[in-house]
Amino acid sequence: MMKQQSDIPSVASHVEQRHPISMYLKVWLLLFVLSACSYMVDYFQFQGPLRWTLILTFMFLKAGLIIMVFMHLAWERMAVKLLLFLPPFAILVFIALMSSEADYVFINRIMSFFNP
Amino acid sequence: MQNDDHQKDHETNKASSWQSVVNDWSADKQSFDMPWGKLMMWLFLLSDTFIFSIFLISYMNVRMSATVAWPNPSEVFALTIAGHHIPLVLIAIMTFILITSSGTMAMAVNYAYQGNKKKTVYLMLATALLGASFIGMQAFEWTKLIVEEGIRPWENPMGANQFGAAFFMITGFHGLHVSAGVIYLTVIAKRINQGKYDKKGYHIVEITGLYWHFVDLVWVFIFAFFYLW
Repeated sequence: MMKQQSDIPSVASHVEQRHPISMYLKVWLLLFVLSACSYMVDYFQFQGPLRWTLILTFMFLKAGLIIMVFMHLAWERMAVKLLLFLPPFAILVFIALMSSEADYVFINRIMSFFNP
Repeated sequence: MQNDDHQKDHETNKASSWQSVVNDWSADKQSFDMPWGKLMMWLFLLSDTFIFSIFLISYMNVRMSATVAWPNPSEVFALTIAGHHIPLVLIAIMTFILITSSGTMAMAVNYAYQGNKKKTVYLMLATALLGASFIGMQAFEWTKLIVEEGIRPWENPMGANQFGAAFFMITGFHGLHVSAGVIYLTVIAKRINQGKYDKKGYHIVEITGLYWHFVDLVWVFIFAFFYLW
């Protein structure tokens, strides 16, 4: 994972990121293709679970590429990855709470607005 | 902190192992081996993640609980160009522009570490320019929605009233981040050009880059959840 360079001090080796430009160009191209794919999901009007699966797949692939390669997280130490990836689990819990709350509000609205 | 023991730790424990986490937190030293400015930027971005999550979660909440049909974003954001009705076309162009700006930013960071000052400055300015064009398109989109379609934060003629509130809040806050990023990039590029980081090192470019990539990252989620869902 981590490349040790001999010409610079060891501490700097994982602080400074040295990668070939071609790597960035490839990821850039990949992001373009993935964005085009997610646009096609709308263009061809896929509906239902297929649409949601495709949207989420392309979204997570793009997000992963940006975080891991462009933001260099793939080359950071595990402690940094934990710092950034553990707290967002609270967000997942919040999503679960709020979606069940939204269902509850929806059912209540249906019952009181349309069932006098 | 850069003593022999630390050196040995680096060699015996891989940076991706659990043992490295124990080493980083248990020793009498700083836990995160990076310039403090970079760590602070990561912490800021983590907190910003929560802010954007709260916006997107409240959007999910109002959309799920609305009893009136949600407007179809594909139609709301469609444009007629040269007689062709193309759904979501402006948003697609904005997405490509932001990804391109992320690409130029990543290359700026790379050239900064190579010590190529001129290319770094030019690439950062290109990134800022792409960001500015993104804001321009967003201004166009907002104008069209407010003036032509009559969408307001409290009502809209196409369906659920919550659509306007969610749209203006989420894209507005993201647009604010892009605007701040454009200013940030321009200032740092100017300072690099003036040679203010020649002695200090060019970590500042990577820190600026982290912010910019994050703005792009947020757009990936907004594009998926608000425009495509």
